[in-house]
Amino acid sequence: MTDQRQVAYVRTEMLPEQAPPSSQQGAFKWVRENLFPDVVNSIMTVLALLIIYYLLSGFLPWLFGGVWTADSIRDCRDVLDAAGREVGGCFAVLTERWNQMLFGFTYPTDQYWRPFTAFLLLPFAVTGLMFMGLIAKAFRILAIVQLCMAALIVLGAMAQGSGLGMAVTPAILAVLAFAISLLAASGTPITRYLILMTGLYPFVAFWLIWGGSVLSPLFVMIGLIVGYLVFKRGEAFGFAAGVALGLVATVIVWIIGGQIAGLAPDFLAFEAVRSRDMGGFMLNFILGTVCVSLSLPIGIVLALGRQSEMPIIKIICVVFIEFVRGVPLITLLFVANVVLSYFLPPGTNFDLILRVIIMITLFSSAYIAEVIRGGLAALPTGQYEAADSLGLDYAQATRLIILPQALKISIPGIVNVSVGLFKDTTLVSVISMFDLVGMIRGPILASTEWNGVYWELWGAAILLFFPVCYGISQYSQWLERQLDTSHR
Amino acid sequence: MSIAQDEPGAQFRLSMLLNDTRYRGYTFQAIALLALIAFMAYLGVNLVQNLAAAGLNISYQFLGEPAGYDINQRLVEYTSQSTHWRAAVVGVLNTLLVAFVGCFLATVIGVFVGILRLSKNWLIRQLTSVYVEIFRNVPVLIWILIVMQIFIVVLPQPRDFRGANASASMWFDAFAFTGRGFYTPKPVWMDGSWVVISVFLASIVGVFAFRQYAKMRLYRDGVMLERFWTSLGILFVPTLVVYFIMGQPIGLDYPALKGFNFKGGVFMRNSFIALTFALSIYTAAFIAENVRAGILAVSKGQTEAAASLGLRPNRIMNLVILPQALRVIIPPLISQYLNLTKNSSLAIAVGYMDLTGTLGGITLNQTGRAIETVLLLMLFYLTISLSISFIMNIYNNAVKLKER
Repeated sequence: MTDQRQVAYVRTEMLPEQAPPSSQQGAFKWVRENLFPDVVNSIMTVLALLIIYYLLSGFLPWLFGGVWTADSIRDCRDVLDAAGREVGGCFAVLTERWNQMLFGFTYPTDQYWRPFTAFLLLPFAVTGLMFMGLIAKAFRILAIVQLCMAALIVLGAMAQGSGLGMAVTPAILAVLAFAISLLAASGTPITRYLILMTGLYPFVAFWLIWGGSVLSPLFVMIGLIVGYLVFKRGEAFGFAAGVALGLVATVIVWIIGGQIAGLAPDFLAFEAVRSRDMGGFMLNFILGTVCVSLSLPIGIVLALGRQSEMPIIKIICVVFIEFVRGVPLITLLFVANVVLSYFLPPGTNFDLILRVIIMITLFSSAYIAEVIRGGLAALPTGQYEAADSLGLDYAQATRLIILPQALKISIPGIVNVSVGLFKDTTLVSVISMFDLVGMIRGPILASTEWNGVYWELWGAAILLFFPVCYGISQYSQWLERQLDTSHR
Repeated sequence: MSIAQDEPGAQFRLSMLLNDTRYRGYTFQAIALLALIAFMAYLGVNLVQNLAAAGLNISYQFLGEPAGYDINQRLVEYTSQSTHWRAAVVGVLNTLLVAFVGCFLATVIGVFVGILRLSKNWLIRQLTSVYVEIFRNVPVLIWILIVMQIFIVVLPQPRDFRGANASASMWFDAFAFTGRGFYTPKPVWMDGSWVVISVFLASIVGVFAFRQYAKMRLYRDGVMLERFWTSLGILFVPTLVVYFIMGQPIGLDYPALKGFNFKGGVFMRNSFIALTFALSIYTAAFIAENVRAGILAVSKGQTEAAASLGLRPNRIMNLVILPQALRVIIPPLISQYLNLTKNSSLAIAVGYMDLTGTLGGITLNQTGRAIETVLLLMLFYLTISLSISFIMNIYNNAVKLKER
């Protein structure tokens, strides 16, 4: 045994830590692991880079070399030639026809602020419902978005020299959103008021977009409220009796209200706009939101009917759902366009937009019914049995136990159906309605000024649809994570 | 359901129809049935009145009358003197053609992209997810119109192939991609070609038989036969031998430029290609998501267990991962096929003559028989949908986890 001290090469102090080799840290390591881990992946990376380069080298000069002010496509080409540019988009068509793409070509020009306000109000109606528990944050973001909108409009108005007034609404609404956010942050219970706002929104939006006297939407709303109150009272005699009484009360109020509204057609009235004057992206938006909201209750009823133990009701629901899901939406739109009028009383002249809304609502309610049926089926049988053993009848069990849970499970599916439906609203252009696609294919591309400007217009269409659909589907995924109470 | 039992022998009273859960169901069903019948009767009466007012009737006589319009893309013999029924048949075949080709392409692209979305390569992951998100979140009608526009504007016209220094040229002197459509060689069947074809069909049967035999040997003797190259040999060698013995009975008819257009070969119109391509890349984005979800649904423990059993990576994929992933992938895949078939009715936007274009388009406009044509149209799509869901149910039952 030798003394330790005699072993000269034993180190007594620790070496300082060395940095990892340069190939094992930082950007280099990341690039190596994520882009060039092996031969196949390296080839793919190079290929991908080539593709990206090819796409961008075509796209960027076109985007940045574009012409934003011109009167026609020939003007555009003259400007490009004068500047000596080979490629360049003719975005002038967007500056010139932007309002047409948004509102259609027959909506009165001086009334554009009305649908615009309705559009800006929409987030106030849905944010409270969509982000329960995050209300303060959600409204803070909403305020910022509205401010940005106002700023954009101011910029655009300064460039064009007009239209500064459109910035007023988003500015006011930004303040409102910020106030709501502050209230929510301070702990004031405002959920009731937010739900009130949601309930109020359809009537305000209808009044703003279609115009006419405020009385008609007002009486429709009063009728619904009276119906609900009567239902609450009548519920003591059973659910079905309550519903029947409520319906009767609603109809009575509507009839009386219709008489009163007929007497004073100019009371607090906007200029009335006919449905056939709606167009552009606004039409897609109206069809999407109206049909989804209307098809939700119908879908719930259909789903419950399909799960019902009463054979006749079950058969009716199954046949309806399978039939609607088995045919393309286009054939249903054909029905709305050319067939439906045969089945209505002679002499009735239904608006085409209303017929289309009916058919699209039926279409989406079948899909929503299937999603909700999935939710109902996913519920453990124990829930049904527990409700029964508590002595709840069918209406009570369904409303208090079954539906709240089943709907929660099916929300992401419902949102996905809504995105699909919103995209499908473009199909109305096939039956010659002038939605966004119809506007582009019809009045804009067929006009002598802009015949031949394809990519700019289709690019704008993508830019309008993509953020909405992508946003909703991202929201659906976020919600799915929020609602996922299971432990992994 | 819990049912509050009345005391035995209680007499049936009329009020029980409302208050007793045993009988209440009948009341509701009777009300629902009456309401439905009343609604139908209301519609029916309106229909009869409207038809009488317009001097029309419901009749399918028009299907036997000459159609009087041309269809430029057709799989069976058709002239403008053919009947409306014939035009509808042409439309049905065109719809099925788009649906088949579209489903095939969509599956290939979708599976490819779905696997790439799980790649280790960051750039590839980002690129494929951009593709998936962009295509999923923009209406398919817009994609169809954009692709059609690309065909019309970007691809060369047949006249560009002419002259000494033409701006476009054919691929391998056999394929021409023009804005008017694609031209490909067409097989020409000569005497004796049926021998070659039957030999080829026999070889396909042979391959299956060989695979069965190899499996049997594996299970009985534990001998693993070489399968890939042998299958390939069985598939092609006899056919090629017979082909040359018979004196090359199958030839190719190449498209060639004659005047201002191509003659010969198979011509696929631009509307068909644009529609099929747009539908497949759109649907492929959805299929890619299904494939990705399916592969992710197989838990990691399965891979590890297979590896610890000593399986090699490609066998793990083939024997362990894929069979389990397919169970998750196939049902949504089939509903995507259904969607594609239903979306093919958008052909009307690019002027491709599918069933919606012939029966629901020109025939409807010419004869004014809206109810009859739309009914036939719906019936056709309904038949397809229901038969596909029927097949899907059989499949689902076959691959269901057998639990005891």
